[in-house]
Amino acid sequence: MAADVQDDLAPTRPAIWNDPRYRAVFYQVLVLAAVLLAGAYIVNNTLENMERRGIASGFGFLTKTAGFSIDLHLIEYKEENSYGRAFLVALINTLLVSAIGIVITTVLGFVIGVARLSNNWLIAKLAAVYIELLRNIPLLLQIFFWYFAVLRILPSPRESHNAFDAIFLNIRGLFTPKPVFEPGFSAVFIAMVVALVGVIFMVRWAHKRQEETGQQFPKFRTSFAILIGLPLVAAMLAGFPLSWEYPVLKGFNYQGGLRMIPEFVALVLALSTYTASFIAEIVRAGILAVSQGQSEAASALGLSRGHTLRLVVIPQALRVIIPPLTSQYLNLTKNSSLAAAIAYPDLVLVFAGTALMQTGQAVEIIAITMAVYLTISLVISALMNWYNTRMALVER
Amino acid sequence: MTDAAHTYQPGQHPDLPPPSNAVGILAWLYKNLLSSWLNATLTISAAYLLFLSIPPLFQWLFFDADWVGETREVCSREGACWVYIIFWFKQLMYGRYPDAELWRINSAYVLLVLAAIPLFIPGFRWKQWIGVFLFFGYPIIAFYLFVGGSFGLTHVESPLWGGLFLTLVIALVGIVTSLPIGIILALGRRSSMPIIRALCIGFIELWRGVPLITVLFMASVMFPLFMPEGVNFDKLVRALIAVTLFSSAYMAEVVRGGLQAIPKGQYEGAQALGISYWKMMALIVLPQALKLVIPGIVNTFIGLFKDTTLVLIIGLFDFLGMAQLVGTNPDWVGFRIEGYVFVGAVFWIFCFSMSRYSQHLEKKLHTGH
Repeated sequence: MAADVQDDLAPTRPAIWNDPRYRAVFYQVLVLAAVLLAGAYIVNNTLENMERRGIASGFGFLTKTAGFSIDLHLIEYKEENSYGRAFLVALINTLLVSAIGIVITTVLGFVIGVARLSNNWLIAKLAAVYIELLRNIPLLLQIFFWYFAVLRILPSPRESHNAFDAIFLNIRGLFTPKPVFEPGFSAVFIAMVVALVGVIFMVRWAHKRQEETGQQFPKFRTSFAILIGLPLVAAMLAGFPLSWEYPVLKGFNYQGGLRMIPEFVALVLALSTYTASFIAEIVRAGILAVSQGQSEAASALGLSRGHTLRLVVIPQALRVIIPPLTSQYLNLTKNSSLAAAIAYPDLVLVFAGTALMQTGQAVEIIAITMAVYLTISLVISALMNWYNTRMALVER
Repeated sequence: MTDAAHTYQPGQHPDLPPPSNAVGILAWLYKNLLSSWLNATLTISAAYLLFLSIPPLFQWLFFDADWVGETREVCSREGACWVYIIFWFKQLMYGRYPDAELWRINSAYVLLVLAAIPLFIPGFRWKQWIGVFLFFGYPIIAFYLFVGGSFGLTHVESPLWGGLFLTLVIALVGIVTSLPIGIILALGRRSSMPIIRALCIGFIELWRGVPLITVLFMASVMFPLFMPEGVNFDKLVRALIAVTLFSSAYMAEVVRGGLQAIPKGQYEGAQALGISYWKMMALIVLPQALKLVIPGIVNTFIGLFKDTTLVLIIGLFDFLGMAQLVGTNPDWVGFRIEGYVFVGAVFWIFCFSMSRYSQHLEKKLHTGH
């Protein structure tokens, strides 16, 4: 009996099909083979189908003439331009609506998030109603609402809503004055750059001096003065080389000024108000995550209320806020693709819509479109990871 | 002892009522609304804004609204025209599903509600079996009821499906299919086999990195190219595949969060007992992990439910798509707002109650350590 046990305990090599290492290799080869086979099957079918339907392949179409117009183009674009140019125009439109949406939604989200925590009962409840209302209604419905129910029933240009005779809102869009840079403006621009560089050096010097001598320097006020003052002086010397071009009613529409098409206004409004409801909750959670003890300790050390906020509470709250905030920015950018539903000329509408219909090259066009969004996502998440490792608590 | 009314032994003094400026409605008003000048200004301006907006809103929604009638002529245009919603109610709910067959959809709804009720009764014994039925049995029954073509039911083609019914079908199919796929992907992502891990990470990050619209576009224009000649997918099936691909990637990340929260000791304990990988996952790790992430799953479902509206872009008439469609009817021009308000209210009720339920679950399941 004892000898038997001894024999059982002797190390034995398991059979090859029971060895976890060989099993792992076997399963992986199996899965890889299945994936490759499925891929080959799909590629093969696609090639056959494309040949049968006479669809061209390859990316040659990018240099061909597009032949359609795009309502909103920040860079020069005409119907004779190529598909590649149209792609660039559409990409810029997507980035434009995302960038402006992100700025507005950040401001709105922070204000509402702070309001949600206000001591004022009425303000806190209003913020809560805003959040619960907006984030539980589909974004597409909100875009439709702004576009079809609000902006489409605006008056004609002759009866536009008017603010200070400078900003006009009508069914053709939102018209605002446009800055016109006159020749001397480069001096102001140079002054701005100089001021910015000066502020950076000043802050560095102030930090160094504080570390060496302990004396503080009014950094904020000084940089404010430099940033405003220097360009102002330059502008005065150059004789204020900036004028505004006002929109003027001519015939059936306004001419001049800056025109924002209604699709753009609706999209920015819907995207930023919707995303703000999520950001508000993130901001609230971030502020609540900083424990009361932190601010109590700061006031026990004699820090003023402003210093407590700036040096103790906000840096800790931001550590909690920033990662989910970036993913909301990413969501906003991805959601800007809903532009296709109200015909704002973004990447999806122009490229995956019009260009696809005209060329029929579904595979290439969808692949490019997806690759663009994927690149944006991966870049933003890489930046976020970098930020996270930099900001992570260093435990001592 | 001379002045008994004012002299007490230490600790014998009866409790006094709180000062009058610390309790009652006035104190509450002072503390919450008027504690400083800034606060008072905010309160007054907010109250003024509410005064400006709420009465006209209610006036439009209820008091001036038209509730009964058959044609647009009864609508005075002073308030909301709910006649419009009542007139198109069937289309908004069921799309163009044949009238004679509507009982099939309704009975599927009733069956779903009846089966789901026991899940909310605390202490009900066969909850697991109900869950299994809802996940495996119910979809099969619902499929035969909706599609028909057998058991004496006439076949109803999917282009006739629409309205809230289609929205619910897409959302429920999305959740039922994405949960198992998401679990597999999450396990793959945490696997020690490099090739499997790489494949799962690639799959998850690909679908999470692109907007749902591009996935739907891909499904509608590229899937037909992927299939051999003669095989043709229904448009609805293509949308369902797209939604499943998309939401399973999100589900995988939710489940991964749960898997990461399970302490290492649970895995090691199972391995020490000689339990195989799949048994360890199915019997020990996943039950704990899934319980942890139920709120996350509900949140994913809310997101999916709202995102189903995007199918209208590829030409399916879901709830919102139907509202858009009837809004363009020449006999009923100019009532889009009513349509949006109605659709928005229904979505809001669904999503808000689900998010409240998920918060409730979060509290209930937070058993704490």
